[in-house]
Amino acid sequence: MATKVVMEALSPTMEEGRLVEWKKQPGDAVAVGDVLAEVETDKAVMELAARVGGTLLRHTIEEGATVPVSAEVALIGSPGEEIPPPPQVTPDDVTARARTAERVLAAPDAEATQPSPGRDRPVSMPPAAPARAVTESAPPLAPTAAARATPAAPAPPSGGRLRASPLARRIAAERGLDLARVQGSGPEGRVVARDLDGVGAAPAASGTARGAAVARPARIAFPAEGFTDQPLTQMRRAIARRLVQSIGPIPTFYLTAEADMERVTEARAALLEAAADGPSAAVKVSFNDVILKAVATALRQHPMCNAWWEDDRIRLWHDVHLGVAVAIEDGLITPVIRHADQKSLREIAAEAGELAARARARRLAPDEYTGATFSVSNLGMLGIDEFTAIINPPEAAILAVGRIEERPVAHGGQVALRRRMRMTLSCDHRVIDGATGARFLQTLTGMLENPLALVW
Amino acid sequence: MTTLTYRDALNAALREEMRRDPNVFLMGEEVGVYQGAYKVSRGLLDEFGPMRVVDTPITELGFAGVGVGAAMVGLRPVIEFMTWNFALLAIDQLVNSAAKMRYMSAGQVGVPAVFRGPGGAALQLGAQHSQAFEAYYAHIPGLKVVMPATPADAKGLLKSAIRDPDPVVFIEGEMLYNVKGEVPDGEQVIPLGLADIKRAGRDVTIVCHSKSVAVSLRAAEQLAAEGIEAEVVDLRTIRPLDEATVLESVAHTHRCVVVEEGWHFAGVGAQVVDVVQRDAFDQLDAPVLRVTGADVPMPYNKFLERAAKADPEKVVGAVRDVLYQS
Repeated sequence: MATKVVMEALSPTMEEGRLVEWKKQPGDAVAVGDVLAEVETDKAVMELAARVGGTLLRHTIEEGATVPVSAEVALIGSPGEEIPPPPQVTPDDVTARARTAERVLAAPDAEATQPSPGRDRPVSMPPAAPARAVTESAPPLAPTAAARATPAAPAPPSGGRLRASPLARRIAAERGLDLARVQGSGPEGRVVARDLDGVGAAPAASGTARGAAVARPARIAFPAEGFTDQPLTQMRRAIARRLVQSIGPIPTFYLTAEADMERVTEARAALLEAAADGPSAAVKVSFNDVILKAVATALRQHPMCNAWWEDDRIRLWHDVHLGVAVAIEDGLITPVIRHADQKSLREIAAEAGELAARARARRLAPDEYTGATFSVSNLGMLGIDEFTAIINPPEAAILAVGRIEERPVAHGGQVALRRRMRMTLSCDHRVIDGATGARFLQTLTGMLENPLALVW
Repeated sequence: MTTLTYRDALNAALREEMRRDPNVFLMGEEVGVYQGAYKVSRGLLDEFGPMRVVDTPITELGFAGVGVGAAMVGLRPVIEFMTWNFALLAIDQLVNSAAKMRYMSAGQVGVPAVFRGPGGAALQLGAQHSQAFEAYYAHIPGLKVVMPATPADAKGLLKSAIRDPDPVVFIEGEMLYNVKGEVPDGEQVIPLGLADIKRAGRDVTIVCHSKSVAVSLRAAEQLAAEGIEAEVVDLRTIRPLDEATVLESVAHTHRCVVVEEGWHFAGVGAQVVDVVQRDAFDQLDAPVLRVTGADVPMPYNKFLERAAKADPEKVVGAVRDVLYQS
């Protein structure tokens, strides 16, 4: 019995993948873990590995073809065994599915409801859906987003009607998730809240989703350790509830501060000079690297700003994992500098440069662009004075950095031309109150105005 | 704090209220000389005399009617029924007189009476003596229905019921009279219409009242051993129903199971489910399930009786269902 190799969801937001190159040919012996092909996802080029051993019997799709996630791409089995005909997958499948989902989410259940005889006994629910075949499993996105029993993409079960609990629908609307893409673990495939753990935002089919600057990082490939969960006080609960009523799922407010960048400019020039003939002369420290270093250092003193809103609690991270927004050809992505607070300026500069280069080449692995605890977005190089960035949930804040510009300011009793830079902190008010964010900005500004503090 | 049985907590509430207000009197079968069929009125005849602790013939309709009339002229009767199974004979007085008097007299005449006694099943008393009737009375506008689960609640709620200006149906449990619990010293009055969170949890809300509270708490213990934290909400008062506490709990757990001793059809739990589905719809991750008595007359046979009652295993099963773990 041949086993299907399917297009796997290699990124949390992937709906379809393009087969770039076959690494194994029909007739080749294949062991578990062997790379079968290179696949281009929405974010990167990844390797598709064999999950079973045997002989590659056929390529179901050609190089260059794009198919939806969980469609068959190849068969592995014993040489000479009889194999089923290839499935017919049309390129329209993905869009058709999205349209179906829109219809389902936009319209109430279209099925006529039959009056049912009253049930006058304790109700027990039907048993959960049968276990799904593991051989066709996707990577462990989440415990339930795994295997799918059909070679076609997960269409809404039972005649186009999408089954989801009210809570799951609400969470999906808040996060901009497409429920049609989620495999439900409840009775008859009902999508329930736990099925949404670690599912990333899709190009929203739900109309109610608010555009986020970057897709919500799914919790994948990122070790869940090194944090303290803080239960919500009644006051925090009340603040969260009231503010969300006022402004939407993420009650954001903005704080702007202007830092004097004269000393950073001098310090950076001195560093470049000092490093010019040193071992790491290739690493050029940019202003942004200094800002990242300052942000990471300042966050150590302001744990509430280095936190996630987790619906029923606030997660305070013990380490700083900085997401750095990088513009790429047709979008943007936020590679993460892990433990940025424990790295030297040189390490941050080297890593930021390397991550940005791979981001532009679309060669980032999912664990390299998920799991940030705080993000920084810098549009200074594009001549922007100041702007507001949109929070990347579940993070509690994002810093928007503008350009460094000489401006006349009061300095030592005189009007002087000084290099100045404006930063705007977008805060999730459920986690960060005005004064909390202000104090963080104060620390950050102080560090930039006296960069020696960074090595103290 | 003093450790008291549920029976003695009720006795203390009666004694304190009778001392506080000379208009309060107790009337019913065997409440005086015999000290109460379940010894709830122990010592009251000695202290207050036969004018305030009145033994009656076996005439539920009669003495309930006397109680309604006494209340209309300003006394505060506490009418004891030997069990609520027998009180069916007096239901006309409760439904047609007590509950409607204030409304039909345009507010001029109230009925500040308390009707109390044990309800629900005990052990092997057969189909006619094992019935939970709270849904009958909760259905009637004008009646308050109170069902304490612990000695402290029994005392604090009975005092509130006696002071209440309107008729209160106060249903105790035969199997609860010997339950011991801590009761606060001094004056403790628990307002009607306030539920109580008997155990806090995050994964599922179990709504219950009276004897189902102990059942639910035992289920919560079992669940805790599996890492499931159930929040047990004791309604304490069926009517007025504390919707806010139930909704707040469900908003926080997203799942709900309602447990009661009575029958399923049109039971108290149905009202709770209605409130939850209406006001917490977007919070629900699963249908709200109910655990109730079986839809049959209570069997006399010991094993069949056990099978017909709501028990911790059935509650655990329902919780697993709403957590999609079955």
